[in-house]
Amino acid sequence: MSEQVEFTFGGSGGRGARVRPQRKTAAKRSAGKKKRPADEEGGPAPSDSSTGRKGRGSGGGRERRVTAETMAAQQREISVSEFFTKNRHLLGFDNPAKALLTTVKEAVDNSLDACEEAHILPEIVVEIQQVNETRFRVIVEDNGPGIVKAQIPKIFAKLLYGSKFHRLRQSRGQQGIGISAAGLYGQLTTGKPMVITSRTGKGRPAHRIEVQIDTTKNKPKILADDEVAEWHRPHGTRVEIELTGKHRGGRTGVDAYIEQTVVANPHVAVTYRQPKGDEQVYPHASEDLPREPAEIKPHPHGVELGMLMRMLQDARGQKVKGALSTVFSRVSPATAEKVCKAAGVPSSHTATSLTGEQMEALHTALGETKVMAPPSSCVVPIGEELIMAGLRRRYDAEFFEASTRSPSVYRGNPFVVECGLAYGGSLPADEQAEILRFANRVPLQYQPKACAITEGVYATNWKAYTLQQPKGSLPVAPLAVFIHLASVWVPFTSEAKEAVAQYDEIMREIKFALQDCGRKLASKLRARERMESESKRRGLFERYIPELGQSLGAITGRAPKSVEKLFFAALPQFIRVAEIAEAAAAEHAGDDKLAAKKTGKKTGKKKAAKKSTPVKKASRAASAKKGATKKPAAKIKRAPAKKARSKRAPAKKRPRRKG
Amino acid sequence: MARSKTMDASAKKRRAKETEKKIQRLAERVVAQIKKEANPEVKIPIRALSNVQFNERKRLIELGDREQSREFFNVSMAKKFMQTFLVASAVKEHLLESGKTTSIRDLYYMTKHTIRGSKENTFDDQKESDPVIEDLEVSLDSLREELHLFAAKRGSMVGPMVIVDAGDEIDLSRMGSGGWSIPSITEDYVIQFKKTSAKYILLVEKEAVWHRLNEDKFWRKHSCMLVTGNGQATRGVRRLLQRLAHELKLPLYVLVDNDPWGLYIYSVVKQGSISLAYESMRMAVPDARFIGLRTSDFKKFGLRDDVKIALNKEDEARAKQMLAYPWFAKKQWQKEIKEMLKEKFKMEIEALSNKDISFVTDVYIPQKIKRGDYLV
Ligand SMILES: Nc1ncnc2c1ncn2[C@@H]1O[C@H](COP(=O)(O)OP(=O)(O)O)[C@@H](O)[C@H]1O
Ligand SMILES: [Mg+2]
Repeated sequence: MSEQVEFTFGGSGGRGARVRPQRKTAAKRSAGKKKRPADEEGGPAPSDSSTGRKGRGSGGGRERRVTAETMAAQQREISVSEFFTKNRHLLGFDNPAKALLTTVKEAVDNSLDACEEAHILPEIVVEIQQVNETRFRVIVEDNGPGIVKAQIPKIFAKLLYGSKFHRLRQSRGQQGIGISAAGLYGQLTTGKPMVITSRTGKGRPAHRIEVQIDTTKNKPKILADDEVAEWHRPHGTRVEIELTGKHRGGRTGVDAYIEQTVVANPHVAVTYRQPKGDEQVYPHASEDLPREPAEIKPHPHGVELGMLMRMLQDARGQKVKGALSTVFSRVSPATAEKVCKAAGVPSSHTATSLTGEQMEALHTALGETKVMAPPSSCVVPIGEELIMAGLRRRYDAEFFEASTRSPSVYRGNPFVVECGLAYGGSLPADEQAEILRFANRVPLQYQPKACAITEGVYATNWKAYTLQQPKGSLPVAPLAVFIHLASVWVPFTSEAKEAVAQYDEIMREIKFALQDCGRKLASKLRARERMESESKRRGLFERYIPELGQSLGAITGRAPKSVEKLFFAALPQFIRVAEIAEAAAAEHAGDDKLAAKKTGKKTGKKKAAKKSTPVKKASRAASAKKGATKKPAAKIKRAPAKKARSKRAPAKKRPRRKG
Repeated sequence: MARSKTMDASAKKRRAKETEKKIQRLAERVVAQIKKEANPEVKIPIRALSNVQFNERKRLIELGDREQSREFFNVSMAKKFMQTFLVASAVKEHLLESGKTTSIRDLYYMTKHTIRGSKENTFDDQKESDPVIEDLEVSLDSLREELHLFAAKRGSMVGPMVIVDAGDEIDLSRMGSGGWSIPSITEDYVIQFKKTSAKYILLVEKEAVWHRLNEDKFWRKHSCMLVTGNGQATRGVRRLLQRLAHELKLPLYVLVDNDPWGLYIYSVVKQGSISLAYESMRMAVPDARFIGLRTSDFKKFGLRDDVKIALNKEDEARAKQMLAYPWFAKKQWQKEIKEMLKEKFKMEIEALSNKDISFVTDVYIPQKIKRGDYLV
């Protein structure tokens, strides 16, 4: 577990502590002004970022900087409950229904993050018990690494105490205010403490701790602390929170959250017990943990001026060249030298002594100098195979498609967009497509209209992929669209972190991912359509052949059956089923291709040549592809088998069998 | 056209045998194709405007030589292909071999059945089987009569003439109020003209007008054959008109409504139709004279305004289409059609009764014929 850091809390500054740095503000301030932002701030109004991103060890240097600590001292202490009540809409506790969801979310996100960091394949249990009409008990249990006893009170009963905020690394935790907020909400609405049970490993005792937040001091108050003799988990954590809530279904409910989490996290096994006693069990769909995301420094391309300024400020005592090469990823000292030259800034200047103009010049040069793309190691996409596996866990569909884009950058932050589609089967055909939005594997359930992801789905021309799409509407099809944005810093539209902001770079990647997926789906749909029309065609011919046998037999004095036979013998030459099946199969694994090649060899050249005349005519009649002449008739028999296979066969089962 | 006036049974049989052979050849060709696993096809001359031309010299519409290939292994043609041979085999088996003749409606019922193992019918409507018969006629290069088929008969004739119809002598001047109903097949082996004092033929579009003329005994007074086709003249009527015109050298006058449809009826009698262009030669009467009703008749005969009917969109479109037909390219026709378009009204023949019930008999027709007031 990485270090856990305490943030100062108090006044309006605290609120921003967990949100992303307010780059816009910083950029605005710096635009056209020579003074450093810190100098300007002067007064007591703290910049959100100074408390947050630089909470660790800022405040040095020659400037009269305001630290979070000094600020706190200047400010009147307000109670956490007052703070919480004021900001509940930003924290996800605006109403009872959302509060229940947020509580589950905070706990589950923590469990998954902890398991993954500890390289444990997550198995979690989510249980919602209804205490009375308005009161629920949320229980989330995991098989994670557990929590050191001494840390438990702080984590759960002290607001804004976490480990994920200060680092540039992809994690779920970035999105929540923290589990303690859920605990506080529970406490404020029910008066009940949180109950945490945790064990850090075999042979060690399991602790059961009841904690509350001392709301005037923002400090934990331990109500009970017991060792549990028998706990069924060798390691893991169980969190119980009682709160006033509302259990509702639909897009914004807990049920939807669980279902979507299951889709985006195929490596997670989930048992979900609903208030009414229903239990849903989702076993692992993948045995492989996602790759561990690497921590990274920002990339020079797309970094905002304000952010650059702050970075240089942070580089206490360093020279410009050194600062650039340590602060940014992919900037070597040689590259830094080049940047300085292009900017006309002496590379040996002290980083903190640059004028605004010099910083602007540097900023421009940074954007224009060729720099390697950021290391994609810091962003961990789910991957196409696993997206499809996840979708399969949730949807009984006919086709599954996925595409994962290669990493891209917005404002110096690497990100990856990936998309998945589930089509057909039991999905409703006459309704608008369902959109599943995810940021770092966490479902986004609110504010779909404000979200770049939704916008991307609207902006895609689904008609091009054979789907219906009324003007200005989502596609109307038996379709579920899955989109995942993985990034170290997901740009949300607001602190509530419910919708992704529409950055051009992100929009473009969403568009490409959807297009790629759409194309793949369309080719399958078209192939199926051809198949269907082929079988219709076959049926049509088969229906008329006996009639023709009768007529031609009567006219020519032949037995009708013998004439029929001639027609049936020629029929396969005029049906393209074989070819289609092969095309569909070719999209799947390579072993199919090999098999196809073998079959091709068996049917000798002579035979193919002999057949070429009728086949050619057939292809003209059926307006078949050019390739038809080369397809030996022998393959027709394989068609049905392949069709069935291509429909179901999860290609991902293959690697698993191996492993 | 001087064919033997009688047709003995053996000659009929011989002709049936010939048609049988043609059908057999068509079928054998298909069997040979399917044996080679080729897509079986039947070549059918295209019966559409795109494949007809107006023969200026003969003054009739002729079928061009463009053919369409009807294939079996083609989704859009398979059913028609099947239907073509269904009709062919019924014609051969049930008509030609047994020497029977039947109506195309009857043939429709003979060949209609549910296809085994499905809910689909071989034919759902006579409108489906009629074109298949016509296709078969052109692809075999056989006349409908040679397939032992005929269309429902329509049309009547009276006049000073004695004919033989299927061996029975009939005096067409003694046909009462209904007249002699013109059979579907009016070939010389069915109908022979004996003697006549008629000086011309008058074809009227409408049965009601024909009744008026018959009641007024117009044909007796003016020594003419009075014919109606009840609208568009059937093949039987047209073949009869051509034989009367050619064999007896009688001029043919045509009286139709003053509208595009009337003009079209006249033009079909005159030089043939597009869909039956392959039969124009046996049916057209290029010298047929159009006596009216004409747009100019409204003024000429001082008709009252209330007989005018405004041209509708369809009429206008039809008229404009006719302006482009090569057989209406002559100045007088262009003028006639343009005048109708310009005046924007049409009239029915009955408009003449507006003046007097027998105005058409007593004044209109005699005056037009006497003065040679007609278009050709
Ligand atoms: N179920 C858990 N298992 C192990 N560690 C946990 C668990 N829940 C929380 N933690 C630890 O407590 C820290 C604080 O959690 P939280 O307040 O939710 O903030 P964040 O998740 O943003 O870091 C986490 O970073 C993690 O180190
Ligand atoms: Mg958390």
